[in-house]
Amino acid sequence: MAAALALAQPEADAFGQELDRIRAEVLAERGAEDARYIRTLITVHRALEAGGRAALAVSLLPPAWLAGTAMLTTAKILENMELGHNILHGQWDWMRDPAVHSTTWEWDFPTPAAAWKHTHNDLHHTWTNVVGRDRDLGYVALRMSEDQPWHPVHLLQPLYGGPLLAPLFEWAIALYDLEPEAVVQGRKSVRAFLGDLAGMARKAARQFTKDYVLFPLLAGPSALPCLLGNLTANVTRNIWAHTVIFCGHFPAGAESFTEDEIEGESRGEWYVRQALGSANIDGGPLLHILTGNLSHQIEHHLFPDLPSNRYAQIAPRVRKLCEKYGIPYTSGPLPRQYASTWARIWRLAIP
Amino acid sequence: MVGVLRHLARPVWQGAGRLTTPLLPDDFLTVVDPLWSARWPAGRVEVVRAETADATTLVVRVGRGWSGHRAAGQYVPVGVAVGGVLHWRTYSITTPPDGSGRFAITVRAIPDGRVSTHLAHRARPGETLRLGPVQGDFVLPDPPPARLLFLTGGIGITPVVAMLRALALRTGCRPDTVLVHSAPDADRVVFGGELRAMAARESGFTLYEHHTRREGRLDRARLDALCPDWAERETWACGPDGLLAFAERAWRDADARHRLHLERFRLPSLAAPGSGSGGHGGRVRFTRSGVETDADSATPLLDVGEAAGVVMPSGCRMGICHSCVSPLSAGRVRDLRTGDVHGEPGDLIQTCVSAACGPVHIDL
Ligand SMILES: Cc1cc2nc3c(=O)[nH]c(=O)nc-3n(C[C@H](O)[C@H](O)[C@H](O)COP(=O)(O)OP(=O)(O)OC[C@H]3O[C@@H](n4cnc5c(N)ncnc54)[C@H](O)[C@@H]3O)c2cc1C
Ligand code: FES
Repeated sequence: MAAALALAQPEADAFGQELDRIRAEVLAERGAEDARYIRTLITVHRALEAGGRAALAVSLLPPAWLAGTAMLTTAKILENMELGHNILHGQWDWMRDPAVHSTTWEWDFPTPAAAWKHTHNDLHHTWTNVVGRDRDLGYVALRMSEDQPWHPVHLLQPLYGGPLLAPLFEWAIALYDLEPEAVVQGRKSVRAFLGDLAGMARKAARQFTKDYVLFPLLAGPSALPCLLGNLTANVTRNIWAHTVIFCGHFPAGAESFTEDEIEGESRGEWYVRQALGSANIDGGPLLHILTGNLSHQIEHHLFPDLPSNRYAQIAPRVRKLCEKYGIPYTSGPLPRQYASTWARIWRLAIP
Repeated sequence: MVGVLRHLARPVWQGAGRLTTPLLPDDFLTVVDPLWSARWPAGRVEVVRAETADATTLVVRVGRGWSGHRAAGQYVPVGVAVGGVLHWRTYSITTPPDGSGRFAITVRAIPDGRVSTHLAHRARPGETLRLGPVQGDFVLPDPPPARLLFLTGGIGITPVVAMLRALALRTGCRPDTVLVHSAPDADRVVFGGELRAMAARESGFTLYEHHTRREGRLDRARLDALCPDWAERETWACGPDGLLAFAERAWRDADARHRLHLERFRLPSLAAPGSGSGGHGGRVRFTRSGVETDADSATPLLDVGEAAGVVMPSGCRMGICHSCVSPLSAGRVRDLRTGDVHGEPGDLIQTCVSAACGPVHIDL
């Protein structure tokens, strides 16, 4: 399937060296401006969150409900992607600030940061789109590559892969990070599973209580609209995250790989695979921030720990490099990438 | 009333934490004003005052998270963002504890010094600094001894000026105090004006300035001449390595080493040039596990630790996932990707792409 993986190793390594140079340049420039960017974003998030909560406390008034829900939704989206995802990647570890660090950050998601870092940073980013290795390739439940075996249950994937999964995305990720299938396959002990389950349940309970019990109670007469506002914010964030993430690896052009193909992979070849397995979303600065710069999925997968605000800057150079080496660079506007992802979900639902 | 309030504050705070989870109420306060944070104690530079050509005093207003200081002569860890990166250095507090919610430090710029040049030349009122807990035993006993000697050099005057200021505030009987201060020339005496005025004002305080440009390094003969009874005085000394080495020798020879209290501005072991630059590895200690082993300069500390049986966090093992970051508590490491040698105590390093560069302690 992955035609361009046929790139000879010396060429792949040359490609890798050019990318390493881009990385080195960004590292050399990284400094106070970047730090200001992330700190500003943290401030914006906290202000939107506080403003949203305050407005929802009086959300019997429809304008307050609208404003509150909009602010809280935006806050949750920023918190989840541009902050949470990227900080947990270690993109801001270089600032050495324990308050903004991958080892201390916790996010507004039921899955504990530590559990997610393992399945995402380690498994997914190392084994991107390798069938049988990258659990994110369909999240164990979906068939997203022809190389994955078909089961009758996949007939239903157009249903559970989107309409069911998207609104509940945060809870699905929490379950997924427990790696239940690894217990069945004997790769994870029951004991470890139960420990993780307890940790997740503790965190999830706090998350749930906050949005669906405490804030509504505090809102008194506005309890119901407040609860609905919180629910809307969570569900919208979930659908948005699901959309962005599915558009990152599944539109036409994003390739998957077999374990045989990556045997003895060199660093250059790893870079090639990351570029081939990812897809970008075209758009303006606002779209990029709201997607946590995962609209630059290719750049993110090549350099998962470069600060996200730098992806837009290096994207044109990465694209040129890909052209130079004949490596397809998959990119398109959101509606097209989303439609393309759905085409794949439908196509692979049948054998 | 205050007691009741304090009693109530805790549950209220915990309740607020239920609303801000997974963040803490503190995380919201700190974006309004870093000084409101209890979790990350901070201070704000209020006044910047040049003392000499390369030394600057910063008056810092402290936030609510800072635990305060106990006695004149102690030092405070200061976290300074330089180029977006937080660096920690320690500075002696030059003001006695006075409950004003402020303290001062005086920083001398070291050529090419990352933090000192920033604080001495580029810091402006309004800059936020992180603060660590005050430490140090370089303090006077209470009550102070009847006769005492301070021996200082250069910027080493800082902890001592705090003590002198504290003594000047004492009511009643003051000790007979001698300060022998060594500096290149009169202009480079940090706090020169204040010290001279103090000497003119206070009968019990004698100041001897030793100017090395003209008189060379301070030696035993000169010390005998300035302060004949030095060996009988309880002595506090702070200054460059050379001065402290001289003091240790002189006081030991006079059988008075127990009367000499020293403050060093850098640890001799880590300051030794070349200790961090060689192409060889070093002895690695995993402090919490109590394991020690040898490492060469090409093997990632992750592998070294694992081979020695330490439980090492890890993930991709190729420098991308940051699952392996661990606190470095001493020594320096080489980034195997770039060859760069780096590391300061407290740094979080990626063990999978870092090799030992000299002796290393890791907090695992
Ligand atoms: C207990 C204690 C109290 C201190 N109090 C003060 C104080 O009141 N005022 C003050 O100005 N400094 C004080 N220091 C020193 C201060 O902590 C820093 O070490 C100093 O400011 C240099 O930091 P830097 O980042 O500029 O230098 P770096 O960038 O870390 O080092 C630059 C170069 O300077 C050398 N160097 C590092 N530290 C010193 C040093 N202390 N003397 C000479 N060369 C050095 C390094 O080997 C290196 O070659 C104190 C240190 C300690 C341990
Ligand atoms: S184990 Fe992945 S960065 Fe070290």
